[in-house]
Amino acid sequence: MSAVHLELDCRGQRCPRPVIELARHLGEVAVGEVVAVVTEDAAAATDVPAWCRLRSQEYVGQDVAEDGTPRQLVRRLS
Amino acid sequence: MAIPAAHAGERSPGYLDAASSEPLHPAALEVLRGALERGHADPRRLHAAGRVARLMLDQARGVVAETLGVRPDEVSFTGSGTEAVHRGLLGLHRGRARSGRAIACSAVEHSAVLHAARWSGAPLLSLPVDRLARVDAEAAGRQVAGSAEPVALVAVQSANHEVGTRQPVAALAEELGETPLFVDACASAGREPLPVGWSVAAASAHKWGGPAGVGLLLVRKGARWRNPFPGDDRVDERSTGFENVPAALAAAAALQAVAAERAETAARQAALIDRVRAAVATAVPDVEVVGDPVDRLPHLVTFSCLYVDGEALVSELDRHGFGIASGSACTASTLEPSHVLAAMGVLTHGNVRLSLTRDTTSAQVDRFLAVLPGIVAGLRARVGL
Repeated sequence: MSAVHLELDCRGQRCPRPVIELARHLGEVAVGEVVAVVTEDAAAATDVPAWCRLRSQEYVGQDVAEDGTPRQLVRRLS
Repeated sequence: MAIPAAHAGERSPGYLDAASSEPLHPAALEVLRGALERGHADPRRLHAAGRVARLMLDQARGVVAETLGVRPDEVSFTGSGTEAVHRGLLGLHRGRARSGRAIACSAVEHSAVLHAARWSGAPLLSLPVDRLARVDAEAAGRQVAGSAEPVALVAVQSANHEVGTRQPVAALAEELGETPLFVDACASAGREPLPVGWSVAAASAHKWGGPAGVGLLLVRKGARWRNPFPGDDRVDERSTGFENVPAALAAAAALQAVAAERAETAARQAALIDRVRAAVATAVPDVEVVGDPVDRLPHLVTFSCLYVDGEALVSELDRHGFGIASGSACTASTLEPSHVLAAMGVLTHGNVRLSLTRDTTSAQVDRFLAVLPGIVAGLRARVGL
């Protein structure tokens, strides 16, 4: 899996909060770098890829954080 | 005892949730009142009161059959659409026990179908859908034919209950050949003719303007259906329990009335929904209007607003007098997002489903469209976006 440049701790947050955090913080990494959204929110697995499609960013996939919480990975394209 | 006091917006015109339950049709109300007075007896009994109940039940069955274009002996009344789905799907599965064990369901079936399929303990195949929520008939046919575990039946809805997209039922039936099709027609029955190609189908009266507590189980003559639950010695071997005769008759009256009016109703509703689809996409930034824009149910549309909490959106709309459903996780008892929206790969948060009743007016839709952008903007401002 890609190197992660910024990890957003969205544990315990419910939709749409993790996607809002992603939108707020994507600009903090350089184009080509990856942001990871860490959340157990069941909606994120659908909403993060959908957000990437709507925002023309790249959805890299899902892996897990060190504690086992799902992470949604997004590469900034613009 | 008293029924709860009336609230503004609980009925049309503020009520825009016909896909959850359509207000009772006047034709049903009239029949229900009369039938409640006289339809109390057991339709199996040979006395005069029993004969009246039996006549009512037979009349209900006959009207439903004629309206739907099926045979009277293919129609059974159940206690709900969900019960019709359970009995229909599981009975077809049982009837096909020698041919296969697996059940294939589209990924966007109503939860009643998915619950029944899981409960059966059978191996399950999920038929994927595209971004519009549509099953690909050819791909589904290949998936079923290629299944390691022989497939007993395939379950595909007539049209999707959340996004309105119609499914290619007839084309799928062709692809499947001998494998029978169970069609959950709850979202479309009454509003549209039944699709062709099913062996067993289910429908729900309160979705077309009949009373709640009446479902239809339709079993084609010659379909291999076996009762999956304990039998009962009722009028109809496929049903169980004492028939709600007045409600069945009222459901039939509503179905007949709705079908007679549907050319006009559907054209009017489809045009209003076209207007909503276009206006929402233009007037609300960062919104995704989902489902097939053309090949769809006439009366409903679903859209999702980026960064908006679905529960808050439903509450705000309710405060403005609009009763609207949502598929967002925060509005579900399970806190899971809608499996329909997830299978389509579209946004699940900030989701609302607007569905028109037969009485919803153009002015009411305009009022909804006038308040929506401000409500969405207000909710986004609360989270600083």
